Formats: sequence, C-alpha cells, structure tokens
Amino acid sequence: MITEALLQPESRLPSSRKVAVACLVLTETCLFSIFVAAYVFYVGKSLTGPTPHEVLELPVLSTICLLSSSVTIVLAEGAFKKERKRLFQLLWLLTLVLAAVFLMMTAVEWRRLIYEKGLTISTNLFGTTFYSLVGLHASHVIVGLCLLLLVLIFSLTGSLVQMHRERIQMISWYWHFVDAVWVVVFTVVYVIGR
Amino acid sequence: MAIREIALPANRATDLSFVDRLHSLVVTVDHKKLGLMYIATALGFLVVAGLLAVAIRLQLAIPVNTLLEPDVFNRFFTMHGTSMVFLVGMPIIAGLGNYLVPLMIGTRDMAFPRLNAFGYWMFLFGGLLLYFSYLGAPGLAGHGSAPDVGWFAYAPLTGRAFSRGNSTDYWILSLLLTSVGSTVSAINIIVTTITLRCPGMKLMRMPLLVWLMLVTNFMILLALPGLSGAQIMLLIDRYLGGHFFDTQAGGSAVIWQHFFWIFGHPEVYILMIPAFASLSEIIPVFSRKPIFGYPIMVGATTMIGLISVSVWAHHMFSVGMTSVGNTFFAISTFLVAIPTGIKIFNWLGTMYGGRIRFELPMLFCIAFLFQFLIAGLTGVMLAVVPFNWQLTDSYFVVAHFHYTLVGAFLFGMFAAFYYWYPKAVGRLLDRRLGLWHFWLFVIGFHVTFDTMHFSGLLGMPRRIFTYDAGRGWETLNFVTTVGAVFQAVAVLLFAINVVRSARKGKLAGNDPWDAWTLEWTTSSPPPVYNFEDVPIVRSRRPLWDLKHPEDPDWKYEESE
Repeated sequence: MITEALLQPESRLPSSRKVAVACLVLTETCLFSIFVAAYVFYVGKSLTGPTPHEVLELPVLSTICLLSSSVTIVLAEGAFKKERKRLFQLLWLLTLVLAAVFLMMTAVEWRRLIYEKGLTISTNLFGTTFYSLVGLHASHVIVGLCLLLLVLIFSLTGSLVQMHRERIQMISWYWHFVDAVWVVVFTVVYVIGR
Repeated sequence: MAIREIALPANRATDLSFVDRLHSLVVTVDHKKLGLMYIATALGFLVVAGLLAVAIRLQLAIPVNTLLEPDVFNRFFTMHGTSMVFLVGMPIIAGLGNYLVPLMIGTRDMAFPRLNAFGYWMFLFGGLLLYFSYLGAPGLAGHGSAPDVGWFAYAPLTGRAFSRGNSTDYWILSLLLTSVGSTVSAINIIVTTITLRCPGMKLMRMPLLVWLMLVTNFMILLALPGLSGAQIMLLIDRYLGGHFFDTQAGGSAVIWQHFFWIFGHPEVYILMIPAFASLSEIIPVFSRKPIFGYPIMVGATTMIGLISVSVWAHHMFSVGMTSVGNTFFAISTFLVAIPTGIKIFNWLGTMYGGRIRFELPMLFCIAFLFQFLIAGLTGVMLAVVPFNWQLTDSYFVVAHFHYTLVGAFLFGMFAAFYYWYPKAVGRLLDRRLGLWHFWLFVIGFHVTFDTMHFSGLLGMPRRIFTYDAGRGWETLNFVTTVGAVFQAVAVLLFAINVVRSARKGKLAGNDPWDAWTLEWTTSSPPPVYNFEDVPIVRSRRPLWDLKHPEDPDWKYEESE
C-alpha cells in the first residue's frame, strides 16, 4: 500500500538523456554568449577596414535552408514515430542536404570575404570576432552534420529501430539549438552589427 | 531461460596482483572508485602545489632572499594558484559528488558511468599536461618553461610578444581539458540527482549535500564556458593573429578580465558550496539535531548561486570602471553576504541546544565557522570600493582569499574526509594523529594568514619575489613562513594517518557516527551495487526513521 504510493513519483522522473542534453544546451548557450558579447563589444572598434557594412551581405538563402531544416527534422521525427521508414529516410536526407547547403554557402561567403574583400581573421577586430563567432557556429553545424549522417547510415543499414526514438529526438533538440543560435548570430552580425 | 550463476568479483582488492588492480582502475566505471580516484589525484596535486607554496614562503621569509630566481618565483605562484583551483578544488568536488550523491539518493551508480570515467581521465591528463610544461614548454622556440602569468593570466602578458615559447599554451590547453572533464562530470551529477532518486526521495527530502551539489554543478555549467571561451579567444590571438586582447589593434585587455572573472567569481562559490554541503551533513549528526531551517538552507544556496554570477567585477575596481559599474558590483557583493550569513546562523542554530560530540569532523566544522566568518567580513571590507582601491593587489587580498579557500574550503574538506573516510575505507582515521593534525593546522593556518592581513595593510604587494629590509615587513613575513611550516607538518601527519589507518585503523562498521542519511545503511566500503534492496524514503532522515520506528521524522514533516 505504502510502496505503491511511494513508487509513483519515481516513475514520473524525467529521462536522463533529456536532462543531459538540456544541460549541454545550457552550457553551450553560455559559451556562445561569451562570443556574442565579444562581437557586440567590438562592433565598430576596428582601427582599419574593411567594415561589416562594406563587405557583409545578408545570407538570406542559407538562413532559409538552415531554419527549414529544423522543420524537416521535426517531420522526420514524426515519420519515425509512425514507423514510416522510407518517409523518415527521405526527410532525414533532406535535413542533411539543407545543412550541407548552409555550410557550403558559408564556405562560399568566407571565400569571397578572404579572396575578394581581403578580410581574414587577423585583418582587424571585425575579422577576428566575425570568423570566431560564425566559425564557432559552423563547427556546431559540422558536428550536427556528422550526427545526421550517422543516423542516416544506421537507418539505411537497418540497425535503427524504434528503441532509438529518444536518441533521434535528442539529435533533433541539438539541431534546434544550433538553429536558434543562428537566429541570434544572424541578428547580431548581419542585422544589428551591419 | 536457465538461471546462470554469476561469478562475483573478488571482494578484497588485496587478493589481486598490482597489474590487475591497476587494470581495474583504468577500466572502471564505478562511481565509488572514480570518486576515490578523483580525490586521491586531487590530494596528490595538493601536496605538489603545497610544496610550491612552501618554496614561495621560504623565499619571502627574509628580505632580499636569493633562494628562488624571479622567473622561477613567477612560475611557482602561477602553478600554485592554477593547481589549487583546477587540480585540487575542482576534482575534490567532482570526487565528493561522485562518491556521495548516488549513495545519498539511494541509487546504484551515476546516470552515465562511462562519461564519468571520461571526465576523470580528461581531468588527470589535463593536470599532467600542465606539469609537463616544465619539460615541453620551451619546445622548438627554446623559450619559457612552466606558465608564469598568474592564475588569472591577464592580457597583455599572455600575448605572443610577452609570453614567448609555449608556456601560456600549456596553461590554456591543460585547463581546456580539465574544463571538459568538469563539465561532463557536472552534467552527470545533475542528471543523476534529477532522474535517479530512489522511491520517495522528493527534491525537498534530499540530503542537503545533494541539494548543494546540484546548485554547485549548475554553476559549473554557467561559469566554466566563460573561461573556456576566453581561452579559445586567446588561442586565436596567439596562433591565428586575432586581436581580441591586442590593444594595438583596438582590442581590449580589460575584456579578458571581465571574461575571466565572469568565470572566476562564481568559481569561488563553486568551491565553497561543497564545503557548505559537507558542513550541512556533519554538524547535525554531531549536534544530535536535524539541520535547522532546511528549506531556508536550500533557498539561501540557490540565492548564492544566482547572485554570485553578478558580482564578478568586484575583482576589477581598480581597473577604472564607471562609478555606476563600481556601485553595482559593490552592492551585489554586499547582497551575497546575506544568504551566506543565513547559512552561518542556520549552522549555529543547529548546534544551539544540541548535544555536541567533539569528534574530529566536528572540530574542523567549528574551526570553519570561525574562519569563514572572518573571511566573509574581510570580503565585505574589500567590496567597499575606496577600501579596495587602497588594498587591491596587496597581501590583504591574499590573506582574504586564503582565509576562504584554506580556512573554509580546505577545513570543510578535511571535515568531510574524517567523516566519510570510514564509509569509503571501512576503518576510522586515528583520533590521536587526527587531533595533532587539527591543532597543528589551526595554529599554522592562523600564524600564516592572520599575519598576512597586516603585511597587506602595511602595503606589501602580491607577487613580488622579494623586498628590501626596513619596510616593516620582515618580522611579519618571517612569522608567516613559520606558520607555513606548521601547516606542512600537519598535512604530512594527515597523509600518514590516511595511509596507516587504511590498514590498522579501528573497524568502522556500517554506521560509526550514528548518522541519518542513506549511505550509512549499506556496508563500509559499500558493495559495487550499493544497496541490496532499493531504499524507500519517507523523510529527510531515512536512517532515523529506521532506528526509531516509534518516533519517525515523517510524522512531523508531513504535518509541516
């Protein structure tokens, strides 16, 4: 009688994985905050050009790609839950392609900045803070891309089963976090900072 | 399915050969083993960093001493500070949390045992990397040795121009490694606390140690990225030609200070809260009373956690902030004294009217109360901006933070060692040697750090490798050094006690202190699986309920 009543609260305890990823997101948020703070602090403090206004262009297309990948991953999650394997694989692949396109467009942007505009990480304060902040975000996208790729491979080889639903969900959480960070980076670097 | 017999591992580690024992340590994912490995490694670094401190004190014992060269002196105080914070303080917290949290909340292991082992090895190799700098730092450049930029490594000293060779890189990389270790261990302890509590262990029934560990580990998650981020920026400056802290290109040396102390000040509380946690478990048991004001203690700790992330710039009053900035950080620093004061009153309230048993853990707790009070008062003095301008970077500041970190943190940890050693080893630490340790350490502590306040008030700056005679500092410095020798002898006695009592100490039994939390229900040392049956908890003192079925706590707690 007593044990029954006492056991109940335990069964309501949250899943370890979810709490862990939430904690990871918390500490990563703090890391990004430091870099965003440095960027904001140094806006307009460069002693030499080029300035953000001169060289930066709004990365509209890549932003659309990254943000819509958040939608496709949610849809993929839903398909996985309903055990529609082909649809899941298609949506997952779409997420992966959108992420890859984002990274590629970042690469193109950096190439343009470096070769045409002459802005490197050591040119001025803008270069230093810009490449650090955007690079830190891009490195998180790369990590996410690896995770997405692994899941796709596991799914194609048939080793991904319903038991792994929560793991898929955690990757999705991480991916949403990376997207949310991009919204901040986009606003700070390309809208306000320009 | 047939039931197979499971071969039980050998009970006593002494049956195994040395290689087998080493192997079992390397591959272990057991929270108790890892906890003890954390603590043992931390004590190893404590001895090394302590010897550095003794060398520093010997150099300062007499004016114009030539024992240490100036550059060697710089390396010694940098390595001393860095080691004490990152290689002693942080792993002791991780070790204590690892060992005690699962036992206290009645579970078998941490939420992520392999991640736990990963955290330990990151910490160990980070620590070894820091000391490897003595050999590796000159590298191809042929310059430098161990890091010599102070534990907070202010810019522009860390720039390429002023720190040639690789010494600063060793400082950055080793601390980045230990930070990764600390972060995963913090996540692990938080997740374990939130998701693996035994039936009936509601949040407000958790032992205070678990509560305080939860808060401190959340603070690690909030604060450490400040340091890691700044260190990554410093690496970018040093290797990719960045300008974050390069004043000649418009960068700011002050922002390094901000970033460092955004981490650095919460770090002080990250270290202190586990000491508070130990006190909150030990004082009730040796006063034979439940803790006074449990919910207030939880609230006060959370307040400390919250306020302490907004006080960082009180380390920077002399840097030339605006008067608004100075006022804000002075006020927030005063504020943090309030929940801290509440805690002291709660501990006193627990002792008041109790039947106090002056066992060794309790003695260290009582010394803690006196010393922490003084440390807090000098802290409030230093938060007064004009006073701070007068005494910043003097030995008064050194005295203040050693009062917190030695007089409070280390005393709290010693109390914890004497209290939980019998649980971990199965034997009690020897009382006679322990008393010698206690009194020598108390005397040594006060002789060293009380006098430092006065040399600071007389204007002696920190980090100087020597001083001229005739400034009125000679006697004070000599006395300070004598105290350091007392402390060294006391720690030596403690080390002897730890080693000897493991073989010859009095057998402890499950519950040598007649305590009330779950770790004392299982054997000493606890079996790999911790508890034979999953414990069921109905109050904050489950073991009291078990011992006193006629007068259980839950009757009162439920009516609260």
